[in-house]
Amino acid sequence: MIPELGNLALILALCLAVLQGTLPLAGSLTGNARWVALARPVAVGQALFVTFAFAVLVHAFAVNDFSVAYVAANSNTALPLVYRITATWGGHEGSLLLWVQTLALWTIAVAAFSRQLPRATVARVLAVLGLVAIGFLCFMLFTSNPFDRALPAPPDGRDLNPLLQDVGMIVHPPLLYMGYVGFSVAFAFAIAALVGGQLDAAWARWARPWTLVAWTFLTLGIFLGSFWAYYELGWGGWWFWDAVENASFMPWLVGAALIHSLAVTEKRGAFRNWTVLLAILAFSLSLLGTFLVRSGVLTSVHAFASDPRRGLFILVFLAIVIGGSLALYAWRAPTIGLGGRFALFSRESLLLVNNVLLLVAAATVLLGTLYPLFLDALGGGKISVGPPYFETVFVPLMIPVLALIAVGPAVAWKSGSLRDVAVRLRPAALLAAVLGAAAFLVLHVTPAVALGLLLAAWTLIATAQHLVRNLLHAPRGTPLVARATRQGAAWWGMVVAHAGVGIFVIGVTLVKGTETADDVSLRVGATALAGDYLFKFESLEKIRASNYVGARGTFTVTRGGERVATLYPEKRFYTVQQMPTTEAAIDRGFARDLYVSLGELTKDGTWIVRVQHKPFMGWIWAGALVIAAGGLLAAIDRRYRTRRVPAADAARAAPDIAIPVPSPSRSA
Amino acid sequence: MTSRLKSRHKRLILLAGALVALGIATALVLSAFRKNLVFFITPTQILSGDAPRDRAFRIGGMVQAGSLQRQADGVTVDFVVTDLAHSVKVHYRGILPDLFKEGKGVVAQGRLDAHREFVAEQVLAKHDENYMPPEAADALKKGAAVAAVTGTGTGKERP
Repeated sequence: MIPELGNLALILALCLAVLQGTLPLAGSLTGNARWVALARPVAVGQALFVTFAFAVLVHAFAVNDFSVAYVAANSNTALPLVYRITATWGGHEGSLLLWVQTLALWTIAVAAFSRQLPRATVARVLAVLGLVAIGFLCFMLFTSNPFDRALPAPPDGRDLNPLLQDVGMIVHPPLLYMGYVGFSVAFAFAIAALVGGQLDAAWARWARPWTLVAWTFLTLGIFLGSFWAYYELGWGGWWFWDAVENASFMPWLVGAALIHSLAVTEKRGAFRNWTVLLAILAFSLSLLGTFLVRSGVLTSVHAFASDPRRGLFILVFLAIVIGGSLALYAWRAPTIGLGGRFALFSRESLLLVNNVLLLVAAATVLLGTLYPLFLDALGGGKISVGPPYFETVFVPLMIPVLALIAVGPAVAWKSGSLRDVAVRLRPAALLAAVLGAAAFLVLHVTPAVALGLLLAAWTLIATAQHLVRNLLHAPRGTPLVARATRQGAAWWGMVVAHAGVGIFVIGVTLVKGTETADDVSLRVGATALAGDYLFKFESLEKIRASNYVGARGTFTVTRGGERVATLYPEKRFYTVQQMPTTEAAIDRGFARDLYVSLGELTKDGTWIVRVQHKPFMGWIWAGALVIAAGGLLAAIDRRYRTRRVPAADAARAAPDIAIPVPSPSRSA
Repeated sequence: MTSRLKSRHKRLILLAGALVALGIATALVLSAFRKNLVFFITPTQILSGDAPRDRAFRIGGMVQAGSLQRQADGVTVDFVVTDLAHSVKVHYRGILPDLFKEGKGVVAQGRLDAHREFVAEQVLAKHDENYMPPEAADALKKGAAVAAVTGTGTGKERP
C-alpha cells in the first residue's frame, strides 16, 4: 500500500509542477499578481510531494519490500541496512528519483532564500525549475517508475552490485547530483533574465552564489567519484576519460567558465550575453550527462543493463530544453546588451581568453565522447576514443590556462598595464622557471614533468604573491585580521581555488610522470618491488561476511630494510550476484601512496598481485578539495547575503519589481 | 573617431585571437583524433587481413572454453577469442579483470604481432556478470552470420 502512496505523490508532484511551470510565468508577463504569488507555495508543495515519494522508496528498501520490482532488482535481505538505503539510487529508476529529489531541494532553497529578489524574477525562476521538474517526473512516471510492482513478490532481491556496496555510494551520487542539478538554478536565472529582457549587476549578484555552490558540489562529486574508483575498481587508476566521467567533467568545465564570466558581469556589467549562454550550456551539458549515463548508450560501471528505449524520451526532452532555450536566447539576447567596454589588455580580456579555453576544452571532451556514439548510430562501425586522445588534446589546452591563472588577478579591470604586470610577476616567473629547470637537471624528471612542475610553481607562487601583496597593501599598523577581512570572501575564494589548482597540477604531474606499477606472480613469503619499496606477501587468510566470502592477504612494505606499512588487500566473492571483486589496500602518505591489489589465484597456488608506488597521489585529492573550499568560500561572500535592499536601491537594481509588464524589446 | 577605430581594432584583435586559439585547438583535435581512434575488428576480419598493422585496435568476441593458458612467469596468459566463425590467439601480460571467464564475452585492445597473433595491452573489464560488451555481442552476431553462410563454425563454442 505504501508504495502506491509514493506513486500518488509523484503524480501530485507532476500536477503541481505543471502549475508551477505555467501560471507564475504567465502571471509575470501579464501582470497577474495572484499567479505570480502562486510560485512559492506551489513550488514548495511540489518539492514536498517529491520528497515524500523519495522517503517512500527509501522505506521500501529499508523494510525489504521485494514486491516493488526496483527494490527486488537492487537489494537483498543480506545487504547491510546502510547499503539497502543507498541502493535507493543504485539503479536507473532510483537515480532519476534522486535527480528529482535534488531538484526539489534546490527548488526549496530558491523559494526560501529569494526574499530580496523581485517577485517577478522569483516567479520566473521557480517556473523554469517547474518546467524541468515536469520533464523528469513524466520520464519517471511513463518510462521508469520506481514504484512498479512485481507480484508475486520474490522471496529475496537480486542484490546491489558489489562495486556499489561502499561508502562512496552514500556520498558520491548525491553530491554529484547536487552539482548537476544545481546548474538548473543558474539556468533558471538565465531564462528568467531572457524572458524579462533585463540583466544587470544585481542579477549577476543573485546568480553568482547559486552557481558557485552548484559548481562546488560538482567539484566534490567528481572528486569523490574519482577517489572511489581509485580504491574500489582495484587497479589504481583515478581518471579513465570514461564517457560517464566526461559527462560530469564537461559541465564542470563550462561551470568554471561561467563563474568567471559571472564575476565580470557582476563587477563590470560586461559579458552579459556570454554569461547567459554559458548558464544555458552548463545546464544543457548536465542534462546531456544524465542522458549519457541513464539512456544505456554507454557501457560503464554506471549503466547496468539500462533500457535503451528510455533514451528516446531523454533525447526529445534534451532537444526541447536545449533547442528551446537557445531559440529564446537567439530571440532575446539582443535585449540584454553586451555591457561595458574594456581594453585589449585588461582583466576582462584575460577572463575572456580563460572562458574560450575552458569552452574549447569542454568541446574537445564532448567530441571525443560523442563521436563514437554518433558513428555507431549512423552505422559507421564501432570505434573508441581512449585516454591518449584526451591527454593529447586536453593537456596542451590547459597549459595557457595555467599560465594565465596567475596573471588574471594581477591585471586591472577595464584597462591594465602590460608593463606593470610584467614587472610585478617577473620574480614569480623567474622562480618558477628555476624550480622547473632544477627538477629537470637535478631530479632528472622528464621534460613533461618539469613543465608541469614549472606551471604549478608559477600558479602557486604568483597566487601567494597576490595574496601577500593584498595583505600588505594597507595603512601601517592595521591588524592582520582587518587586513585579511578587508578583502571579501569571494576574493579569498579565488586565491584558495587557484592555489588548489596548483596543488592538483603537482599531484597529476608527479603521479602520471613518475608512478611505477608491476604485475607479479607471488606465493606467500615472496616479495615484489615498486619504486624503491619492497612488498612482501606475508600471509593469507579466509574471510566471511553476511553477503560475501573471500581471502585477505597481509603484505608488509619496507624501504631500505625499514618497515613502512602493513597492507591487507582482499579478494571477495559476492554470493548473490556470483561476482568477484578486488579490494585494494592503500597506504596513503604525504608524498606517496603504496597500493597493492590481489588479482587472481592461479592453479598452482600463486597469486597474481599488482604493486604500485604512486608519488604525490594525495596531492590530487588535496588539490580538488582545496578548489572546492575556494568555491564554497566565494559563495558565502557577504555581498551576496540576502538582506532586503532599501526601496530606492531596489527600484534602481530591478526596475521590474513593482509592475511586471512584458518589457519591450529594446533593440541593441 | 579614433577611440571608435581603436575599439574596432581591439575587437578585431580579440576575434583574431579567439580564431587562432580555435584553429590551434581544431588542429590538435583532428591530429589527435586521427592518431588515436581505435577501430573495432572482429576475428573474422583479422583473418581476412582487414586489421591495421601499424596501430592499436580492439577485438571482441568470446573467450573460447579451455583456451586459457598461463605461461611460466605466471603473469602472462594466452587465450583464444572467437566470433564463432573464426578465432585469434591473444597474449596478455597482467591481471585479468575480475569478470574475465572462459565462455564469456571479452574485449581487448592491442596490436597484431609478426605471427598474426594479438598482443593485448588491455583487457577490458565488465562491471556486471550478465552484461555482454556491445563490441563482443556485435562480433558474435557477425561471426554467427559468417558461420551460417560458410559453415565454418563448429557450434561447439556456442554459449
